[in-house]
Amino acid sequence: MTAIDAAELRRRTRELLAAHPPATTERTDFLRARFDAGLAWVHYPAGLGGLDAPRSLQPVVDAELAAAGAPDNDPRRIGIGLGMAAPTILGFGTEEQKRRFLRPLWVGEEVWCQLFSEPGAGSDLAALGTRAVREAADGDWIVDGQKVWTSSAHVARWAILIARTDPDLPKHRGISYFICDMTDPGVEVRPLRQITGEAEFNEVFLTGVRIPDSRRLGPVGAGWKVAQTTLMNERVSIGGSRIPREGGMIGPVAKTWRERPELRTHDLHQRLLTLWVEAEVARLAGERLRQQLVAGQPGPEGSGMKLAFARLNQEISGLEVELLGEDGLLYSDWTMRRPDLVDFTGRDAGYRYLRSKGNSIEGGTSEVLLNIVAERVLGLPAEPRNDKDVAWKDLSR
Amino acid sequence: MTAQTEETVAPDLLYSEAEDDLRAAVRSLLADRSDAPTVIARIESDTPYDPQLWKALGADIGAAGLLVPEKLGGQGAGHREAAVVLEELGRSVAPAPYLTSAVVATEALLALGSEDGPVAELLGELAAGRKVAVLAVPFPAAPENSSAAEAVTGTLDGTVTAVADAAAADVLLVPTTDGLYAVEAAAPGVTVEPLVALDQTRPLATVTLTAATGTRLADAVAARSAVRRGLLAGAGLLASEQLGLAEWCLTETVRYTRERHQFNRPIGSFQALKHRMAQLWLEVVSARAAARNAADALATGSPDTPLAVAVAQAYCSKVAVHAAEECIQLHGGIGMTWEHPAHLYLKRAKADAIAYGTAGSHREAIAELMELPAP
Ligand SMILES: Cc1cc2nc3c(=O)[nH]c(=O)nc-3n(C[C@H](O)[C@H](O)[C@H](O)COP(=O)(O)OP(=O)(O)OC[C@H]3O[C@@H](n4cnc5c(N)ncnc54)[C@H](O)[C@@H]3O)c2cc1C
Repeated sequence: MTAIDAAELRRRTRELLAAHPPATTERTDFLRARFDAGLAWVHYPAGLGGLDAPRSLQPVVDAELAAAGAPDNDPRRIGIGLGMAAPTILGFGTEEQKRRFLRPLWVGEEVWCQLFSEPGAGSDLAALGTRAVREAADGDWIVDGQKVWTSSAHVARWAILIARTDPDLPKHRGISYFICDMTDPGVEVRPLRQITGEAEFNEVFLTGVRIPDSRRLGPVGAGWKVAQTTLMNERVSIGGSRIPREGGMIGPVAKTWRERPELRTHDLHQRLLTLWVEAEVARLAGERLRQQLVAGQPGPEGSGMKLAFARLNQEISGLEVELLGEDGLLYSDWTMRRPDLVDFTGRDAGYRYLRSKGNSIEGGTSEVLLNIVAERVLGLPAEPRNDKDVAWKDLSR
Repeated sequence: MTAQTEETVAPDLLYSEAEDDLRAAVRSLLADRSDAPTVIARIESDTPYDPQLWKALGADIGAAGLLVPEKLGGQGAGHREAAVVLEELGRSVAPAPYLTSAVVATEALLALGSEDGPVAELLGELAAGRKVAVLAVPFPAAPENSSAAEAVTGTLDGTVTAVADAAAADVLLVPTTDGLYAVEAAAPGVTVEPLVALDQTRPLATVTLTAATGTRLADAVAARSAVRRGLLAGAGLLASEQLGLAEWCLTETVRYTRERHQFNRPIGSFQALKHRMAQLWLEVVSARAAARNAADALATGSPDTPLAVAVAQAYCSKVAVHAAEECIQLHGGIGMTWEHPAHLYLKRAKADAIAYGTAGSHREAIAELMELPAP
């Protein structure tokens, strides 16, 4: 097979568009056809939505499709599936698992959630206590425990789940990784209301949930290693997308500033400009990171991007509330709702301010990410650890 | 006072024994009647205010009349004591119209200097905790531009937006170009339309007057200085509310991080968190000095008051928001949940930062007062 280059991808994309004209093709049908043509994620293997092409060529396809007005697969709604479940299934799944799960995941027919965090195990994820016990009879796993802060659990069909399969081993070694069917008996999803008034999170109670061994990802006891892939991808997917100038949170503030001269003061002006510069520089750093990736020189800056955006989102939205003065004292609606996705830009300043507080907690807290930068990027000595060789069951809680 | 005596008389920045006793009484009342689950339940009901709590605080403890002289039915105490009450209200984010009624409205009425007549009568009612009055000005109004507070014209027609605690008020004090009026909230031609506020513990409303009638309490000149004095006291004592709020956030975060274990140790043992909390402690200590200074200046009628108030506001707003933001972050996910009270503190702190002038507008006031003009 000849190597796939930009011209070849362009040709195949046009072929897809000719065979399935977006104007007359149903959205899901178009997305399935795109997947089957290998144009979903071109760096994935042939037959699994890709063409084994360089990842850097994806924009060629995307631009061609956007120009033709083709539907997209709504990456925001299926973010956890795309960003976390998919690379993990690709890396550790059996052929059968890959064929079963990747297509509906990418098309968006099946939404995924992540059953990782627990009330007692957040930053220290490996301390989790949800148990999976193997039944002697048929080898199925019986899962009991409680997960928390699970985004999208109420709309998800599948979950990536980590559970403890051996409490006598040190915490990292006794964990296994599963795919959990959210429609199974024993899976109970309860809304968990948050600071914004909405219930975008859930608590998930697992009581005697039966998971067949065929839905285990990776070897028994290797769940922590599998989870590392998921977590690495989570951070990349949070910080990695390309944004135009004023494309982030700074956009609405700059717009308000331009349109409402009566709100302007010297003090706010200085703060706005400082944050504007920081937002622009963060955007450029993201762009540079992207170019590094294309050039095949992945840098450690990726871990920094999530940190930068979390802080900026919080500071900018905080400034915006103050800038708005009287309007900043108001809020759109406190009624409890269950949104399908988090939408920063379509909401008011108060919502942005409150929701952005989660940016430095979700997907690894800023403190934990700073530790990672300090230790893995700068090579500083690690904190002394007293939990390495202790059986999980003997750890303090 | 001459410049010389000003320098020799240092402000009293400590708490007196009587203030400590008052604090203990208010704190135990609030712990009893207004704990976090109660506040969360209240803000979701139609009536965030608890009239029983107000009666206990205002009348039984006598907190409503602290600023009012005894001969008008008050306690004849002062701003230092009222500041202590506000510290406790900040610590519990209790929905109570204390700042707006017992401080701002009361202070505006006191500025009129009447010993009898309708002003004295109303002061007596407020001091006894029998009535609640609020000044009908937008919550963000800063003391230095009090004329901007006149949204209502001579005949009592007009709309005032974002009035704090208007929903709890029996009487609205309405500044107009023609003077200050007392308008019964229940009078014909008065509507109080609740707004959805970011800080649900201090509700806002739009007040609309349509050919309403009221009692004229003061002429235009007196009204303007009364509003200014009310807002100055409000801004100055708000710093104490911010102090109490920040202190709760710090105390609660320290408590939680000592107990919460991750990585087989209390998270409070991580130096990254220790330093953050130590830094907050430094800010809270400094905020206490600034807030006490403003309260003492108001209490003694010091000529330094406008500066003391501006300094306290410019500093304490930031500390309260910072403490509330750190509180959420150091609690991790649980701090983002509705059941945990941290969000109440964040919302109150952020709204407080806009109330009675932002830190930026207070810095501008300082620039003027200290002859440090903008370039
Ligand atoms: C908006 C949002 C969405 C989320 N979505 C999901 C989801 O979909 N699925 C899911 O499984 N989970 C989800 N989470 C959970 C999230 O991953 C955890 O909240 C996070 O990992 C932190 O854990 P914790 O809340 O238990 O806080 P803790 O781990 O208890 O942390 C508390 C504080 O201690 C600090 N800390 C902890 N360890 C250290 C250390 N070693 N050094 C310095 N400081 C430290 C933290 O930074 C934090 O400030 C979500 C959380 C939020 C807020």
